[in-house]
Amino acid sequence: MAPATPHPALRDPAWSGRLFWALTGAALLVPMLWATEFRPWILFEPASLRSSLRFIAEFFPPKGGREFLALIAYESWRTVAIATCGMALALLLAIPLTLAATAVLSVSALPGRMNALPFVLRQAVRWLLIVLRSVPELVWALVFVRVVGLGPTAGVLAIALTYSGMLGKVYAEVLESGENHATIALLRNGSGRLQAFFYGVLPTNAAELTSYTIYRWECAIRSSAVLGFVGAGGLGQQLITSLKMFNGAEVSTILLVFVVLVGVADWTSAKLRQVLA
Amino acid sequence: MLDLSSNPGLRIELAALAARHPAAASDAPAALKSLTLAVAAGEQVAVIGPSGAGKTTLLQAIACALRPAAGRLLLDGEDPWSLPVARLQHLRGRLFLAPQTPPLPPRQRTVTSLLAARLPRQSLWTSLRSLVYPLGIDEAHEALQRFDLAEKLWSRVDRLSGGERQRVGLARALVAPAGLWLIDEPLSALDPTRAAMAIDTLTGAARERGVTLLATLHQVDVAVARFPRIIGLREGKLAFDLPASEVTRDHLLRLYAQHEHELAGAPPPGTDDRPPPPMIVCR
Repeated sequence: MAPATPHPALRDPAWSGRLFWALTGAALLVPMLWATEFRPWILFEPASLRSSLRFIAEFFPPKGGREFLALIAYESWRTVAIATCGMALALLLAIPLTLAATAVLSVSALPGRMNALPFVLRQAVRWLLIVLRSVPELVWALVFVRVVGLGPTAGVLAIALTYSGMLGKVYAEVLESGENHATIALLRNGSGRLQAFFYGVLPTNAAELTSYTIYRWECAIRSSAVLGFVGAGGLGQQLITSLKMFNGAEVSTILLVFVVLVGVADWTSAKLRQVLA
Repeated sequence: MLDLSSNPGLRIELAALAARHPAAASDAPAALKSLTLAVAAGEQVAVIGPSGAGKTTLLQAIACALRPAAGRLLLDGEDPWSLPVARLQHLRGRLFLAPQTPPLPPRQRTVTSLLAARLPRQSLWTSLRSLVYPLGIDEAHEALQRFDLAEKLWSRVDRLSGGERQRVGLARALVAPAGLWLIDEPLSALDPTRAAMAIDTLTGAARERGVTLLATLHQVDVAVARFPRIIGLREGKLAFDLPASEVTRDHLLRLYAQHEHELAGAPPPGTDDRPPPPMIVCR
């Protein structure tokens, strides 16, 4: 028989810390549930069940018809275009910001601590990224709709700004948490920062960066739907019109198109990762 | 092709140099304690000693990868740490530090990994062009040939075996525009035949070009047989600094006291300092 209390040296020293943080996490979650008036059982009351079932029943069958489908095809194409152009612009902004923000490419940090000036500059770039992504794309879209008028251009600009903030932040983090042995060796042997980026950082992290970029492209497709609600064009504008007219059949066709688009993004990501693996 | 005149060997002087690993606490004992030695341009030196003696730290300190905690390092009579960052980086381009684990991105091709060693003397534009179509294929091929790897020129690095990867890491030195080679444990993944060939290639190429060569070695017999000068390190201090012909069995026994198994051959498992394994990022 083993003794009930093991020898102190054989007790897991991490256990009390783990228990403490698990309980703290649970204790923090409870007031948040209050704040969100989280009462899921309302969903299953007969009255709400009836009304939601009625709404969902209207979804079937999805609306077809040559004219409507042609319109939807055209708007889907515009949605993909908005997302793609927005992402392209976001990348143009995010890549230089990533290079400026990431500590992996710091030459002064090689022997230990980063110098003061590069540290301040990197922090400044990080704050710029925070500002860019903390303003929701919906707000940017409302601003740009006033500047450039109703239409896809406002959507493209809104996605470009918010997404450059997100991409820049996550790219910088991917690079910092990734394996950077090769990069450090290049910098230690006298390469420039950009040379180290192209010969060390990029080949090491290409798959990770690609899959995140495609995931963000997928998010951009979804978010262009929301942007359509405020008049920034694309499938979203069609969706809000159908919703306002309580036309469930049209709504379900549009949603099906979204499912297909997200599926295509997923498939592209898997294929590209295979190529880069 | 190989421009011999552009690679004059670097001269090294250490004056009471102390250094500790950047991750170590500032009150931890230094890995190198007050080391004084000089290496002339074009000299070939093997650094031996038991695990944890500070061999890798010594190479890193000379490579300007570690700032000395005390004392001074002079490269060609110049204190690198008094230079502005840009000039220090230029100086780093004149030395080549080969870590024990070859720093090769897994998805890169061997040819690109090799040509990466030339980056310090290339403009950004040239190095980008070289990514589109490699510039200096013949130079890379020749370097690989000297390590008996010519057929791996176009292979991806992650398709190579551990020993092949290590030899690619060494072949990089031949391509680098450096006047000082600092090679950490060049033979750790090689069988005896390959090891002899690799060390002959390194010392031979260094002699041809007049490059200064400093290598840490676990294989004491190889060090004594192939290097004219041997430095013994123990607990961060200089145990001896002698011409190879004057190193006796007695010196070695004292150097490796309590570490006799390392003197006999293989290092004990788990004592070599490898980089941390790559982390997986989930988002």
